[in-house]
Amino acid sequence: MTIAGKACIAGIFEHPTRKAPDKTTAQLHAECASGALADAGLSLSDVDGYFCAEDAPGQGPISMIEYMGLNVRHFDSTETGGSSYALQVAHAAAAIADGRCNVALITLAGKPRTQKQTIARGAMPELPWETPFRSITAANYALCARRHMAEYGTTSEQLAWIKVAASHHAQHNPQAMLRDLVTVEDVVSSPMIADPLHRMDCCVVSDGGGALIVVRPEIARALKRPVVHVRGGGEAVKGTNGGKIDLTRTAVESAGRDAFAMAGITPADIKYASLYDSFTITVLLQLEDLGFCERGQGGRFVEDGGLISGVGKLPFNTDGGGLCNNHPNNRGGMTKVIEAVRQLRGEAHPAVQVPDCDLALASTIGGQLANRHGGAVLILERG
Amino acid sequence: MLPAPPLDAESTPFYEAAKEGRFLIRRCTRCNEPHWYPRSLCPFCFSPTEWEEASGRGTLMSYSSVRNGDDPYVLAFVQLEEGPAMLSNMVDCPADQMTVGMAVAVRWVDAGSEKAPCFAPAGG
Repeated sequence: MTIAGKACIAGIFEHPTRKAPDKTTAQLHAECASGALADAGLSLSDVDGYFCAEDAPGQGPISMIEYMGLNVRHFDSTETGGSSYALQVAHAAAAIADGRCNVALITLAGKPRTQKQTIARGAMPELPWETPFRSITAANYALCARRHMAEYGTTSEQLAWIKVAASHHAQHNPQAMLRDLVTVEDVVSSPMIADPLHRMDCCVVSDGGGALIVVRPEIARALKRPVVHVRGGGEAVKGTNGGKIDLTRTAVESAGRDAFAMAGITPADIKYASLYDSFTITVLLQLEDLGFCERGQGGRFVEDGGLISGVGKLPFNTDGGGLCNNHPNNRGGMTKVIEAVRQLRGEAHPAVQVPDCDLALASTIGGQLANRHGGAVLILERG
Repeated sequence: MLPAPPLDAESTPFYEAAKEGRFLIRRCTRCNEPHWYPRSLCPFCFSPTEWEEASGRGTLMSYSSVRNGDDPYVLAFVQLEEGPAMLSNMVDCPADQMTVGMAVAVRWVDAGSEKAPCFAPAGG
């Protein structure tokens, strides 16, 4: 079943907090849900579908459905880390197309900055083979960066340009955690975290959240907000493939192929791209996997401002992204979709708004890039 | 001392052999492909697999030195001579002397009461 043209994103909300010691995680979910409904011009009683991931406290969606007073007839709690939310937009669109719901709510929230949480994931089969080696997240992504450098000659300075572009956008976002413009020199001289990734190659850690409202097109057209259609979606999981590993490719390669095929467009048609930016290398690999540049040419694509709105070939993460603005609950997938919708509505900050933005893409990744992760890609179109 | 691997029924034979300095991998009895990490069913064709002793030699596919306070370490992917690549740590080698593609060999390192397969430059 195609979801192209079957659903619209009618409501978005990015929680303004970046540090929330006095709020509960459930409360943040509810505040995001309320904000997205208000943005759409809908109310709690209109919601008949709910989507969440592992960050929602409780067993799947059960606790949050009760807490928020939802009365839903369809729900889904597929968990693929930071890629869960773009994937859930596509799942919500499919549910709407299938007549299972009309108004779907998707929420994300968490507070890793102020409350350390441990999630039990059971007896993951890889643990006996990986626990001794301490594969912390930054080092895991660094393995992909090192390999890309070795295969293609990519440099730390080229990776730094991705952070520089994000900072150019974040300077216009009053809610961004890091609003200072930075230079390539600033990035490569920041402390090394996991060689070759520096501190400024890493995203922020923030409390917060976000929410989306996905609705049937007839409902979107009756609301007072600009209409944003779901045009295509794709999802994938990439693992170590029995040891046949390619460290320079991500799950977004096949997820993107599916999304573009469903939308019937090519990368050249995309005016704005939200690209998951847990680390600078994450962005570079997605540019190649999605076909925005030739394989191995990501470094050349991003240098000299290639991703800066109004300057480069492909404006990305115009809110400042996870690198500068917000990465709520260590999951940037929700904010990626939100900024893509802002661009299509013409509601991005005027300094970074892409002129005549009719087609946008949101690409997201969750998990460990070198070992195993999920990828989800959405293509959205202005109505 | 590395963190101990949480052993289960599929990994215990590997770590028992490790205590004798033998490095085991699993190979499919039908399609003959070796794989990593070891599983009872082949991840390429779902047929039964069996243990075999591997050379313990390989090449460094990628690495990252982690500034971990007073206990820095090097996370790595090593491609085994038999084919599969595996997550590991590089040991006994300064990070500035490592290169992608260099020859490496297994070096058993204490991980709790087990021995974990780390790697060091071959012939070192």
